Amino acid sequence: MSDDVWILGIHMTNFGKHRDKDTLDLGSEAVLGALQDAGAEMRDIGVLAAGNLIGNPGYGQLLQKQIGQTGIPVYNVSNACATGATALRVAIMAIKAGETDMGLAVGVEKLSGAGLLTGSAAKKEGATWEREGRFGAVADLDGRVGTETMPGVFAQIGMEYGHRYGGADFPLFAGIAEKNHAHSTLNPKAAYQKRFTLDQIMNDVMIAYPNTRSMCSANCDGAAAAVVVSEAKLRTLAPEQQRRAVKISASVLTSDPWQEACQVLPDINTLTRQAAQKAYEQAGIGPEDLDLVELHDCFATAELVHYDNLGLCEPGNAVDFFKSGATWRDGRMPVNVSGGLESKGHPVSATGIANVWEIATHLRGEAGPRQIEGARVGLAHVIGLGSACGVHILESSAKVA
Amino acid sequence: MPSIPLVDYLTLDGSGEPRLIANECVSCGARYFDRRNACAACFTREFRPVEVAREGVLRAFTIVHFAAEGVPVPFVAGVVDCDGTSVRGNVVNVAPDPEHVVVGMKVRLTTVPVGTDSEGIDAVGFGFEPVDGGTAR
Repeated sequence: MSDDVWILGIHMTNFGKHRDKDTLDLGSEAVLGALQDAGAEMRDIGVLAAGNLIGNPGYGQLLQKQIGQTGIPVYNVSNACATGATALRVAIMAIKAGETDMGLAVGVEKLSGAGLLTGSAAKKEGATWEREGRFGAVADLDGRVGTETMPGVFAQIGMEYGHRYGGADFPLFAGIAEKNHAHSTLNPKAAYQKRFTLDQIMNDVMIAYPNTRSMCSANCDGAAAAVVVSEAKLRTLAPEQQRRAVKISASVLTSDPWQEACQVLPDINTLTRQAAQKAYEQAGIGPEDLDLVELHDCFATAELVHYDNLGLCEPGNAVDFFKSGATWRDGRMPVNVSGGLESKGHPVSATGIANVWEIATHLRGEAGPRQIEGARVGLAHVIGLGSACGVHILESSAKVA
Repeated sequence: MPSIPLVDYLTLDGSGEPRLIANECVSCGARYFDRRNACAACFTREFRPVEVAREGVLRAFTIVHFAAEGVPVPFVAGVVDCDGTSVRGNVVNVAPDPEHVVVGMKVRLTTVPVGTDSEGIDAVGFGFEPVDGGTAR
């Protein structure tokens, strides 16, 4: 018997505004949903990994008091936008290490109305100049030495790709948002389910050229949780549980290796390429075997570079790849059929598990009107700036059998 | 009038000409603008100050229209390849629109005023301005 780890149950809450629920309510909803989906209870769980960036430290323990305190080890994880994927990976590693045969990962965030996520507002300047920090700066550098806003950072990453390979202009990036918003109309859990025309997207409020508002990920509330199980334990469970279980054929986490310029503009490419390559090796497949991909489109400009980084297209060919229509849901490599972060929403710590939920739901054939027919293999990717990259490759039980 | 550079890695000579000084790893040549304990590329612990080329090519940019409170917008933020050393900075003395700012344009280091403190000391920052009207690419 292999030492593979499987998803036994998984759940995501609706993404959007949850005015009457706090992070504990949302996390509980995700966990209780995942346990029900798994046919398991808290007493079956041997490890809990929890992520919540904007809230109380020790979120995992607080959550236990809402769902069941069983004395199991809790790992509170923090890895920027890769927090959810990191939590999932911690639970997988605990099983691989033989410490338990069933684990739980949860990510939750409340971000509705959070506005632009950036450095803090400019501080009050003192009466005289004083040097601070590792640059010895006498004033805030955001806005004076480049930008620290996320839309601006990721805009530059897309523009740099365009500089290197050509063809990546404003309408092209807007077209990526057009696709994802169109996809979202089939996803009842998405925070925004509205289709926009290319003109509407390009004429929307400019945030950081070329990213307009509708090309940016949507701040919202949400949570997602997964129950993972060892293969040995899975084989003792009911046939229906085994049929719906989804195999995790690869689970990879990377950080950014040193590259010239990575200290100046975050390099989200190299670590994604390394994570993807390692994931394909672990899974024993190539990108051509994927039926669908959920990748980290925190901004429209980011999605383009990840086509290349994940090997979905020929090197340097992401522009033509997108123009071919390949990444629309009826194309040969559907990307972000959930609507992506731009419309489904991006409750940061939940995202890395919500992407896995989307893939798992298609692999189970339970995605309803947006089902990618016959999907057997999928890939979920997230990037947390700083940086951390999580890649999970999933396979349906039918594929494995 | 007395002045102070915005950051440690900016120096101003007698005539006010700006220069950027990087910390270069003595072993592998990796360059850093902030203070480092060991080289992130090769782990060497020794650095030497080196001057960065004052002209370069704009490799990436964005025009920021929406920023944190107190940051004036719009402005052009970018990354300039200064003869192999990447530098983060604003593109200045140019209209902040995609007709006037293009990737691949030639730019050079210049100074920008930051403000004056209560003792009358001017803080001086830096940016990159187009060379030859910025049309060369």
